[in-house]
Amino acid sequence: MPNTYQLISSNVLSSNVASVTFSSIPATYTDLVMRWSVRDSNVSVNANNFIYYNGNSSTTSYSQTYFRGGNSNGVSSTRNTDDNDIYLGYNNGSTSTSNTFSSGELYIPNYASTSTRPMSSFLANEENSTSSGWMHINAGLYRGTNAITSITLTASVNFLANSSFYLYGISKS
Amino acid sequence: MPATYEPIATTTLSTAASSITFSSIPSTYTDLRVVFVGTGTTSVGLKARFNGDTGTNYSYTELFGNGTGVFSGRGTSLNYFSLDPQRNLSTTIPIMNTLDVFSYAGSTNKTTLVTQSDDENGVGVILNMAHLWRSTSAINEISLLVFSSTITAGSIATLYGIKNA
Repeated sequence: MPNTYQLISSNVLSSNVASVTFSSIPATYTDLVMRWSVRDSNVSVNANNFIYYNGNSSTTSYSQTYFRGGNSNGVSSTRNTDDNDIYLGYNNGSTSTSNTFSSGELYIPNYASTSTRPMSSFLANEENSTSSGWMHINAGLYRGTNAITSITLTASVNFLANSSFYLYGISKS
Repeated sequence: MPATYEPIATTTLSTAASSITFSSIPSTYTDLRVVFVGTGTTSVGLKARFNGDTGTNYSYTELFGNGTGVFSGRGTSLNYFSLDPQRNLSTTIPIMNTLDVFSYAGSTNKTTLVTQSDDENGVGVILNMAHLWRSTSAINEISLLVFSSTITAGSIATLYGIKNA
């Protein structure tokens, strides 16, 4: 049988950047998986992380339902409608425990479809602190009518050097 | 590096159907994963069964958020897995479910991890579940099904096998 979990592209940062884009994603797979390990230059313990597709960050093509827990504050759930992007959660900011990177995974089924597409994401940061550390799990929806050919992750300020991003394609045959 | 994530079978419904069944699953993998994305012809719950077992051998513990709060729940002695106990399949917006079955060919009870990712731009739920099937039989068949309704044509279910070597 073929190997169907294939690396499409990767990006390990050599310098700080505000966003990372995987473009020209071939339509030859069934689903996409993206995994990343990042730290943000935002002078904070936590730094927001977003994604959008196909350069589409100016229209209300996204919505999401998510829950998250951590920071010793219990758990909460939020729903956003008609958003400009998908909120992935908190990455480690520059004042979090040094040398600590958050980890995330995004799964997009049927990404080459031209109809409405769901997605799921998971993002976690843990830093050996009694006052911070988060888990964030998201169900998102993209209502764009074009196949997904690019994915952009945006940092709160900048993704720091040595942050890494991997995009995989999964085929059903 | 060997291929360790392989498609075993996939079904894209050409017509609406009450179930999607993967049968004759080989025992040569370590774990299984099912990915479903689809809708229902009516708002109906998506279920699963292993090996056609209709006994009350299924149970679950769930954690979910619906935009207003985060909750947990539990179901015991059921005759199916519920993949969406808090929110049925939509008739218009595709919902994503994943079902991970660990050590499916072993001789102990089977634990699974289920996720539901459902956002419909105004309603939705994000859900994680731990399921248990109290059977020591190897799993050779997985069915996704709905009761008294059908899964819409165009819905896709794919079964993957994952190897540890």
